[in-house]
Amino acid sequence: MITRRIIPCLDVKDGRVVKGINFVGLREVGDPAELAKQYYEQGADELVFLDITATHEHRETMVHIVEKVAEQVFMPFTIGGGIRTADEIRAVLRAGADKVSLNSAAVRNPDLISQSASLFGSQCIVLAVDGRMRETKDGWNVVINGGRIDTGIDAVEWIKEGVAKGAGEILLTSMDADGTKNGFDLPFLKAVRKEVHVPVIASGGCGSLEHFHEVFAQDAADAALAASLFHYGELTVGDVKNYLKEKGIPVRL
Amino acid sequence: MIGIIDYGMGNLRSVENALKAIGQECVISADPAVLHSCDKLILPGVGAFGDCMKNVRDRKLDVFMKDEVASGKPLLGICLGMQMLFEVSEENGLNEGLGFLKGRVTKMITDLPVPEIGWNELEWNHDHPLKGILSEHPYVYYVHSYSAVDYDDEALAGYSMYGEIRVSGLVIGPHVMGTQFHPEKSAEDGLKILRYFAEVFE
Repeated sequence: MITRRIIPCLDVKDGRVVKGINFVGLREVGDPAELAKQYYEQGADELVFLDITATHEHRETMVHIVEKVAEQVFMPFTIGGGIRTADEIRAVLRAGADKVSLNSAAVRNPDLISQSASLFGSQCIVLAVDGRMRETKDGWNVVINGGRIDTGIDAVEWIKEGVAKGAGEILLTSMDADGTKNGFDLPFLKAVRKEVHVPVIASGGCGSLEHFHEVFAQDAADAALAASLFHYGELTVGDVKNYLKEKGIPVRL
Repeated sequence: MIGIIDYGMGNLRSVENALKAIGQECVISADPAVLHSCDKLILPGVGAFGDCMKNVRDRKLDVFMKDEVASGKPLLGICLGMQMLFEVSEENGLNEGLGFLKGRVTKMITDLPVPEIGWNELEWNHDHPLKGILSEHPYVYYVHSYSAVDYDDEALAGYSMYGEIRVSGLVIGPHVMGTQFHPEKSAEDGLKILRYFAEVFE
């Protein structure tokens, strides 16, 4: 039986892992390859690295980090953050990453999705979408640049378009839930899941074991992503999986 | 020495890293002379079936692999490389495969998300030596939208259930082995499968 995935997310700035709370107030927590190995040993199912520097010279640093990680952990990992071109995608995939996540660049240039999906395969193109509920409360808009810009685009419609263009997976972050630790944004996740047939990764808001359970028990996502919970040692991946297993959710243990 | 067949597709680096981690020497090459000098071959693969087969044919690697396998050299196909071991695929029209194994590759039809992405339990169809080597409940990492059907039952060593679909996970034929999942990304059990191919499989 397919298992639900637990995915620690590591924000990387200047070659070091940091975690922002609502994307402000960064605090350094460590070396990417070292942390990756720690999560691999804890039984993480995948890792996501988000490059939050994303200037040219740091992109080279990122490729180097990818190489180091790929030598040490034998599980899939995704690179995201500031990737704009097919050449940049090629560079991180060649270095050993399994997938890339496209966010703002895909909004600005939707053809980047179709172009990269046809070059590298849909399986390695993750569409990352940050959404926030509209003031009218009748849906969610896509926000970009770390939540600073509201594009006015309906998030669910955008995701449908992204999947039609070849995105193989959706990484959905709720900007309303992110940093709150009040739980994943279940209504948003379900609204997306109803419309697309590709796997959905839930992100933003997870603060407890019960939050992991409810997102899977309600079939709101195939995978759940969390960062600070894991980085600050509040929970280990093993704690989460043991809890889920006890509750009858299939996990890899 | 294990030769990783480079035909312009796929994450070759990960396969190389995994082989190094289990102490196996390997070389990535598209040159039949270099690959011929290797003891075993690995055919990775990512992308669309037709594109991959075209790249293989353009480099005349299809004829090369058929000759090598016919002379008894073990070949491991991974993911799309595994699908290419079969006779034909229905991905984007009909495309002929290498034909080492009977069967065809078809799109998975299920209510579950497609592609199947994630860790699934490898269950045994037959008693296979790997059963004694892997964990009691081995989990392996899959990323695919197509899977093999109409294969010989005896060729199917292990499978995983995806909803109602019995995904052909591990297939074995004369001098060929194929994994629909990615052993190089399947943690310790994945490395054990690669080690089995490198050290035992003939």
